[in-house]
Amino acid sequence: MLDGPSVVAALRSCGVTHVLWIPDSELGQWESALSSCPELQLIRVCREGEAIVIAAGLMIGGKRPVVMMQCTGFFEAGDALRNVVHDLKLPLFLVLGMRSWKLRDRTFDSCPRFAEPILRAWQLDYTWLGEDDLASAYRRAREAGRAAAVLLPEGSP
Amino acid sequence: MMTIHEALQVLAAERSQRVVITTMAATGIWPKLSDTGLDFAYIPSAMGHGPGLALGLALAHPQRGVILVNGDGSMLMNLGALVTLANHPANVYLVILDNGLYEVTGGQPLVGAGRTDYALIARGAGIERVYTFTDLNQWQSGAREALSGPGPVVIWLKIEGRLGEKTPKPPRPMAEQLARLQAALAQPLV
Repeated sequence: MLDGPSVVAALRSCGVTHVLWIPDSELGQWESALSSCPELQLIRVCREGEAIVIAAGLMIGGKRPVVMMQCTGFFEAGDALRNVVHDLKLPLFLVLGMRSWKLRDRTFDSCPRFAEPILRAWQLDYTWLGEDDLASAYRRAREAGRAAAVLLPEGSP
Repeated sequence: MMTIHEALQVLAAERSQRVVITTMAATGIWPKLSDTGLDFAYIPSAMGHGPGLALGLALAHPQRGVILVNGDGSMLMNLGALVTLANHPANVYLVILDNGLYEVTGGQPLVGAGRTDYALIARGAGIERVYTFTDLNQWQSGAREALSGPGPVVIWLKIEGRLGEKTPKPPRPMAEQLARLQAALAQPLV
């Protein structure tokens, strides 16, 4: 399990300036590290689509934001993602908590069934944390100038 | 009450060097009033998400200030944005054009038209600087004060609805708009 200090170290090494998020129970464990890092501005929002569009404004303004949310919020934020990635063509970078992924063969939760098909439908490149690391994924996406997501496999809701 | 043209003419006269982001019906009118690199027509948009774009830009360029011209229909799609604006202070000036209609889709009535108190909602969200202007004379007299000083500011304008309007088109392709905006932001404030 990636911990908060490791996440902050990875983001700092990439020059990330802002983290926009709505935490879930696993991402939320990074709160203390994220909020106490003076080089990162943590922006708490009300709805996930809002996080994506604030990140767009920051990117247009020359900053390097990262957006963090659970896959459920990602499902909700589809119109914002479509606009920012495919209309504005901005290199949005997301960290998505994939609820119930570790239990996907024995859960009542429908999140694992829809997560990857929806990522593919939105034509968003993605890799899994564990197989990939956060800093490398961010740097690859930035060098390519493309939007991308890294997925954090999670347990039960 | 005032027309949307009258409301935007006052805004154009008082916007100073601030970025102006327009959404929905205003995107069709604003380029006739101002068409510089600091004027950004957010079309195509993410529905209801103009306030987020304005906040991101204002955080990235804290001295510049960003005016967002939002419709009441767009505002209702994302009322939580008022809470976010209140809790991340930045020089965002959110103008709500309240005509009670979905104008760009032909003029269907909005839920809560004539009953929703956007000033009360904004104050309840924690925004301290909130202005309401119900006619042109008031807006002409108060615009300079409302658009100066620190944000966030919410400016609620009651305007006349128009029926039978067509969906506006962007003044130029998005890539060109973004390049113009970024070039303008790179220039120093004078």
